[in-house]
Amino acid sequence: MARYAMVIDTLLCIGCGDCVVACKTENKVPEGLNRDWVVEATRGTYPNLTTEFRSERCNHCSHATCVYMCPTGASHHWQDTNIVLVDPNKCTGCKACIAACPYDARLVMHPGGYIDKCTFCHHRVEKGLNPACVSTCPTHCMYFGLLDDPSSEVSELLRTRNYKVLAPETGNQPNVYYLT
Amino acid sequence: MNRREFIKLSSLLGAGAAVSPLLLTGCSAHPLPGSGQVSRTPTFCDMCFWKCAGFVYREDGEPWKIHGNDNDLHSEGRLCTRGTAGLGNYEDPDRLQKPLLRVTGADGRQTFREASWDEALDFITGRMKSIAENHGADRFAMLNHGYGAHHFSHLMRAWGSGSRAEPAFAQCRGPRDVGFKLTFGEGLGSPERTDMEHSRCIVLIGSHIGENLHNGQVQTLANAWRRNATVITVDPRFSVPAGKSKYWLPIKPGTDLALLLAWMHVLIDEGLYDRDYVQRHATGFEQLKEHVARYSPEWVYLETGIQPELIRTTAREMAASAPATLIHPGRHTVWYGDDTQRSRAIAILNALLGSWGRKGGLYIQEKVRLPKFPLPAYPKPKSDFRAAHGARYPFAYKGVSNAIIEASIGEDAHYKGLLVYGTNLPMTIPGIRPQLKAAMDSLELVVVVDTMPSEITGYADVVLPECTYLERYDNLRNSGERHPSLALRMPVFEPRHESKPGWWIARELGHRLGLQKYFPWKDYSEVLDWQLKQVGSSLQEMQKIGVKNFPRTRPRYFVDGQPVQFRTPSGRIELYSQQLADQGFDPMPEYTRPQQPPQGYYHLNYGRMPAHTFGKTTNNALLFQLAPENTLWVNPLVASAQGIENGEYVRLANPDGIISNRIRVRVTERIRPDSVFMAHGFGHRSRRLRLTHDVGADDSELMTNVKVDPIMGGTGMRGNFVTIVRETA
Repeated sequence: MARYAMVIDTLLCIGCGDCVVACKTENKVPEGLNRDWVVEATRGTYPNLTTEFRSERCNHCSHATCVYMCPTGASHHWQDTNIVLVDPNKCTGCKACIAACPYDARLVMHPGGYIDKCTFCHHRVEKGLNPACVSTCPTHCMYFGLLDDPSSEVSELLRTRNYKVLAPETGNQPNVYYLT
Repeated sequence: MNRREFIKLSSLLGAGAAVSPLLLTGCSAHPLPGSGQVSRTPTFCDMCFWKCAGFVYREDGEPWKIHGNDNDLHSEGRLCTRGTAGLGNYEDPDRLQKPLLRVTGADGRQTFREASWDEALDFITGRMKSIAENHGADRFAMLNHGYGAHHFSHLMRAWGSGSRAEPAFAQCRGPRDVGFKLTFGEGLGSPERTDMEHSRCIVLIGSHIGENLHNGQVQTLANAWRRNATVITVDPRFSVPAGKSKYWLPIKPGTDLALLLAWMHVLIDEGLYDRDYVQRHATGFEQLKEHVARYSPEWVYLETGIQPELIRTTAREMAASAPATLIHPGRHTVWYGDDTQRSRAIAILNALLGSWGRKGGLYIQEKVRLPKFPLPAYPKPKSDFRAAHGARYPFAYKGVSNAIIEASIGEDAHYKGLLVYGTNLPMTIPGIRPQLKAAMDSLELVVVVDTMPSEITGYADVVLPECTYLERYDNLRNSGERHPSLALRMPVFEPRHESKPGWWIARELGHRLGLQKYFPWKDYSEVLDWQLKQVGSSLQEMQKIGVKNFPRTRPRYFVDGQPVQFRTPSGRIELYSQQLADQGFDPMPEYTRPQQPPQGYYHLNYGRMPAHTFGKTTNNALLFQLAPENTLWVNPLVASAQGIENGEYVRLANPDGIISNRIRVRVTERIRPDSVFMAHGFGHRSRRLRLTHDVGADDSELMTNVKVDPIMGGTGMRGNFVTIVRETA
């Protein structure tokens, strides 16, 4: 399996939400739904504080419980990569994937009657472009690329910087990394 | 990931990558974005004043998305949250659609009725002529914001009016630009001449870059963080940049000037200032030295709450990186009425560090030498904006919007007519509503040109619907920048409804006023094409590329050893300002202790949120979904003392009895217990803004304690106090 990763530098993220709007317009996400979102986590008491902003979305897990749990095969890994897609024609809207996702990363419900989610903009990836959020971020704090390629920017960042993933204990092997 | 990496990927994936995208998602009922016929048109953004260039994409003729232009210095190819959401303005169902005329019904009630363009324009020019005949053309003033205003300032000048003002001066940047002009002989420009891409130390004092999304500022600051530059943020709130700074100084509100003076004290006392630069370029150092001697860190600690050692450490950090140290001048600087003096202090501090004209400090901007389209000279107006404030505000080099409104009240008022372009005055000028209403009662003509039915339209006799920036030509963008550069705004779509481009409206008014010789074009593109051809480009070229960069013709920084002529009376940097002294002001900044909140009241702090440009974008559906309302930040200690909970709605009351709209409480450690905070731009009262009407609270209506800067007329907004009123169930 080829592994695509998104790497987000929380030291640079300002929580502006540009990634959210870029995704909505690029992917024509219906009103009221979002495939990505920004979380703010503040720790400490005034004035000894830290704040972390995280742009979150589907983690495109290598071991994607949503794919395993989907009864119709609608949720699938795209072309032997870790990119998890939902085939709208196979999706019955049963929401098993929503129950199975440890990141609550699935949208309920596309007006077309299927479960929608981040696609890592695979329609752009196959043209050699970055996902819309990555190519829009004004602080350039988001990176995208192949983990299998040791010379890729994402591989380099994970080799040289401290990072974390969300809920690693699930064993899902998420592929969105947060530099800390 | 770049294209080359993708080829690697293809070889890795083998045959799989060749599968058609349509097969991947199943069938043509769910086509992938961009699989249709895609076209793109250049523009530069109007969601705020930064004017980033980008391309608007259509797919199968339908609006799709907006993305930054890679050749653009303002955006480096990346638009901000608001710019990315620009199509929401074009598609807003609440847009003004047709000209509106105020009429009085049989029951005496005033309403608007729709009118044809001919009727609306004839009405306006009829009144303009009668004002000119009875009082003079100079008695017709204009208040404006935004780049499209130049069509109307051209009309006003051709008509013989010299009175124009932008709230961007007296409600925003004025004190800063005046303070820097008094010191260095020049202002900061927009985009500001801050060289943060090269700074090794940056001081933000009251500037929350990242919460305001001034694109180039955000990007260059982010690059400074990336390079591990030392960032020192002074803010009563743990702002976004505070959270990424090496030092956060949680200052007591209103005491910034004391801190700036203490930093000067340390730099001079410890001999850390740039002696050579000061000797070579500045005047008044000895006076300054004597002046700041009493502002010791120990004394200033009592005012600011910032520990003396921290004041010293941060001053030493600044000196260690100088001249690549930037004391950021900020942008919205109308705080306490002594704002020109505080901006002077920032300017002086930059001078002591030798950062003006130096790499990593404040660079020298350059524009394109773009010839003006040949037109006859304007007539000399009988009076200009100074008529509004007389001898007050001697250093107001631009119109003072609040003074123009005040000079529009009463039968003997100077102004008889007002054109308002693109600025929602009731939410822009603090506490202005009563004066605005009185002015509207007195004025013989009030015209509002806007795209949206904002509150100001309710004060108008005539409302003219302009089309959005995505449907029109405006002047070429030619801002002072790191390199000279031009950008084109052109229509992507036909104007919706019966809205019209500003250039067309101004031309139609001009022709009706007999000013044909000032408007000889059929279409404004003729002007742009002529100008572009003078600098070796053309409209045709720009319609493809959107942005054209030109080489610099002079250095970006001072050249070592070469003399510099500053545009001040002395030709030098004026640490001591004789100009100020001559007008009876302090020649060097003095600190005055700010007013303290009465018992039970909190400082009302306000600012920006990245999703919105003031109240201008809150009805944009894309941005509304991201940030529908503002919240009231309160410290947990305050929440517990007041018995309020996170998420509940409260109102705010000020000592003058003004009570705000409802606002949702956000309990957070990120704010001092003596202050509350909210983002500006919410609490719209206009019912015709259907998404944002009545959502959130409006800080500007709570600002009844306005401290006017006597130097330039700026309206200080931060001396206001509020108490929290619980909603009774």
